[in-house]
Amino acid sequence: MPASVLFDAPGPKTRARHRLYTVLAVLVLVALAAIVLWRLYDADQFAYEKWEPFLTPFYIQAIGEAWWQTLSMAGLAVLGALVIGFVFGVGKLSDRAWVRWPCWLFVEFFRALPVIMLMVFCFYTVFGDLPISAAAYWAAVLALSLYNGAVLAEICRAGVLAVPKGQSEAAYAIGMRKTQTMNLILLPQAVRIMIPAIISQCVVALKDTSLILIVVPVGLTKIPKQLPQEFQNVVPTVIVITALYVITNLILTWIANYLQKKLVGEKKVLQVATTTMPTGATTL
Amino acid sequence: MDTVIDYLPEIGKAFTYTALLFIISAVLSLILGTILVAMRVGPVKVLRVTGTLYVNLVRNTPLAMIFFFFQFAAPRIGITFNWVDVHIGQFDFTSFFTAAVVSLTLYTSTFVCESLRSGINSVSLGQAEAARAIGLPFGGVMSQIVLPQAFRASVPPTASALIAMLKNTSVAAVFGVIEATSQMKSMTNDNADARLEIFIAFSIGYIVLVEVVSLIAGSMERRWRIA
Repeated sequence: MPASVLFDAPGPKTRARHRLYTVLAVLVLVALAAIVLWRLYDADQFAYEKWEPFLTPFYIQAIGEAWWQTLSMAGLAVLGALVIGFVFGVGKLSDRAWVRWPCWLFVEFFRALPVIMLMVFCFYTVFGDLPISAAAYWAAVLALSLYNGAVLAEICRAGVLAVPKGQSEAAYAIGMRKTQTMNLILLPQAVRIMIPAIISQCVVALKDTSLILIVVPVGLTKIPKQLPQEFQNVVPTVIVITALYVITNLILTWIANYLQKKLVGEKKVLQVATTTMPTGATTL
Repeated sequence: MDTVIDYLPEIGKAFTYTALLFIISAVLSLILGTILVAMRVGPVKVLRVTGTLYVNLVRNTPLAMIFFFFQFAAPRIGITFNWVDVHIGQFDFTSFFTAAVVSLTLYTSTFVCESLRSGINSVSLGQAEAARAIGLPFGGVMSQIVLPQAFRASVPPTASALIAMLKNTSVAAVFGVIEATSQMKSMTNDNADARLEIFIAFSIGYIVLVEVVSLIAGSMERRWRIA
């Protein structure tokens, strides 16, 4: 019984060959790791003074505050995106063309734009009067809300459509109105289906907060811009900050997977295209 | 509209850079993505673990940090792209451009890998078993049954990953490539009275590019759809 469609259960000869491949692969990987470590060592990147700031309470606190700022940006953006997503997602499902079309246009427009361009626009026009770092903070929040809101609108629409048709038919049959059907019957069930996809979108929002770098670095991206000026330790800083992002995202992904199992069962994650694609695809 | 019309040659050049970044990085990330997926679904456990580790690590890293690494950190440990200095017509392919291509490729290849893997996973085991049952040899199972289905199923998610990358080329604006978003930023900075029209002009540019890629992907998908 093969475990994969791609190859059969290996016999003794194949197993021997796989052992050979394993040895070769290990050799190559060890060599690569050795080259990287040697390069780092050669450039004196393991020197204690380059890593010292990450053990100094003052800088740990600064990094912690920057991390919190990034988290709060992402959090506020997701909140805004949830509001926008539900309003426009339900709007896209409306029976009335004059509601449906503007919602469609909004979603398609903001889904096709790079977030970073939205950030530039928000920074200069919407928040142009605020002090620079506050303007950057809120520009990131607004741009991410709009972009992720457009994606969440699609997730919301797909979630509502994923509720079995019998549910809305039954609601109409017992005399509920359209609004009642949506609010009392469809949305509560759709939310369960949507939650894992929403959390995956949080990962996207969190990663994208770093793009505010284009105007002024705010949050975690501030650290690799400023710290190396003092300590000449750009390599360690990039490693530490990247690790912080990755750990935060892995925790979010883990929560999404846990909720996926708990709320939706083993069914496939709700998938929505990030742009105008004819069929469903992955959210990035 | 005057401002946008005055800048039209610059805007055209900027969008050409965006398109070039996209095309070069798309081809490279398809190649790297295929190598990664071969590692991840192959029978050698060490490679499987390495592939999974790489994908999970890079996918959860913000693209801006990868750009940051290649722009500022990599030169410190002897990884530079200064040897790249190609000029074709009015376009310069410098170390900034190369660093952008490398960053985009490393990042997008993980998403391409995941899309291809989802394609392979969508082929049910019964297909391979049935193919063996009617006497096809291993090569036949692969070339006639499994890979065609896997390939078709992975077209939509791969296209989606590439479209996301088209938008991600804008990150290069932060790191010294004068592509569309960078041009948009400097124009927004210089022309305070025309910010909305600049934004709309560049939005239309991006939407056109995204739609072109979507249409190509859509027609490929229709052509190869499983009946």
